[in-house]
Amino acid sequence: MTGTDDRGAPQAARGNDAAPTQGRAVTFAGGTTAFHGRPQGSPARRIWGLIFRHLALYRRSWPRLLELMYWPVLQMVVWGFITAYLAGVQGNTASVAAGVLLGGVLLWEVTLRSQMGFAISFLEEVWSRNLGHLFVSPLRPWELVAGLAAMSVLRTVAAVAPAMILAFFLYGFGVWTLGPVLVAYVFALMAMGWAVALAVTALILRHGAGAEALAWGVMFGIAPFAAVFYPVAILPAWLQPVALAIPAAHVFEGMRAALNNGAMEWGHLGWALALDVVWMAGAAWIFLAQFHSARVRGALLNIGE
Amino acid sequence: METPALLVEGLTKTYRPGDTPAVDGLSFVMPMGQTWGLLGGNGAGKSTTIAMLLGLLVPSSGRVVALGHDMATDRFAALAGMNFSSPYIALPHRLTVEENLRVYAHLYGVPDSKRRIAELLEEFALTDFAKRPAGQLSAGQKTRVALAKALVNRPALLLLDEPTASLDPDTGDWVRTALERYRAESGAAMLLASHNMAEVERLCSHVVMLKGGRAVDTGSPADLLHRYGRDDLEEVFLDIARGRNREDAL
Repeated sequence: MTGTDDRGAPQAARGNDAAPTQGRAVTFAGGTTAFHGRPQGSPARRIWGLIFRHLALYRRSWPRLLELMYWPVLQMVVWGFITAYLAGVQGNTASVAAGVLLGGVLLWEVTLRSQMGFAISFLEEVWSRNLGHLFVSPLRPWELVAGLAAMSVLRTVAAVAPAMILAFFLYGFGVWTLGPVLVAYVFALMAMGWAVALAVTALILRHGAGAEALAWGVMFGIAPFAAVFYPVAILPAWLQPVALAIPAAHVFEGMRAALNNGAMEWGHLGWALALDVVWMAGAAWIFLAQFHSARVRGALLNIGE
Repeated sequence: METPALLVEGLTKTYRPGDTPAVDGLSFVMPMGQTWGLLGGNGAGKSTTIAMLLGLLVPSSGRVVALGHDMATDRFAALAGMNFSSPYIALPHRLTVEENLRVYAHLYGVPDSKRRIAELLEEFALTDFAKRPAGQLSAGQKTRVALAKALVNRPALLLLDEPTASLDPDTGDWVRTALERYRAESGAAMLLASHNMAEVERLCSHVVMLKGGRAVDTGSPADLLHRYGRDDLEEVFLDIARGRNREDAL
């Protein structure tokens, strides 16, 4: 069944009554091979396929790249001048506060861009009505999530790195003065972004493109409680437990301690990472439940319409 | 006994409790190496059936075994050997033809993907459009790209939802020839949902007629023509769609 006949056609393939060939490789004239009914590829390659699909969009479109950097840089410039003004009118005591504000702006952008990078990459699939093809490929749901998270990392780096560099050259603020713990803080904030984005993605699976506004706006609703620019203690007592249930609040408490006193708040870092695990687990549960529900309702083919 | 391309047992889908089933107790066994047609009017259950065969839709009851893998428990193993084309599901329109094929070559783990993509571009006369965004192509060119994507992993089981819908006769014939060639070369099985009876007569060795979600008749096109005493499948289709039984038709 695997050879070729005298016309160069595979023996397994003559007319509509050709013999079955499932479960084996069939070699044709010219040396090409059919791979029948067996798993192919690796998770890493499928994830790369998804990343490549999104990178290809940016490769030819400088406006898209510019749009990634635009808002973080704009935020940095505005807040930079505000803090420069405060430092000027209030003397050196405001310099530390200025650093805290700029650190807050930069690190909050990490959370925001991480969430948007994930959710908007998913929306790209919705807008191009490509989900049907993706979900009939061997791409597993967790590989989809990993691909979107990888895209979120790339988009966040492209968006926030220019703002960080600008903050150093324009205002003399280097967020890296936080030291190596900055890496852990950034990871904790990105993980929170992924968790929120995963929940938003689940809502898009449930409600379709009608839920896409959440992809843009949901983080702005969390920001007031995440203690980005002020300590948790400033919030009303009844609201403080809410803030302390948000991973970012612990990161920003830790950041302020580091910038104000040079202290390393391991407790806050631990809480941030632990809460990330809880948020990710909750979001993953919601996502998987909505993915299954979409398969029951037949929504995977229609999302985007 | 060889593993069938598709084994469908009692497949039923009811979207909401109390609703009439969109697909009701569908059963068939489709061998490897054949092209089968899934025929029926609008709302007969073709698209719902195909969505369940692909694992996009969870059946209310019954089961699908594709390429020897139960779609309820092992669908990703089956999906690696399957593919799908429909004019109603787009490919990313801002990606070029070549980029689209590369994406799906990665997703399906196609070995020596550069060579495979070059083969497909040539086979489907897409080489001149390889660097053009998919969204800028004509309907016929888009259909050829969709088919190239559907064959990128040399599927053992290919599901096609109206593959020549909205194509001019020349392009439609071109697509049908490409499908015949692929099946003849690969020995793959193909299941085709179509409203084009001439296409079904040309491509399919066996037909499942759906009406109201049920398989109301099945057989080779020749068998059906003989049974209904008709000259072409379109008349058979109308007999079934309008509820004329075989005796009436005869």
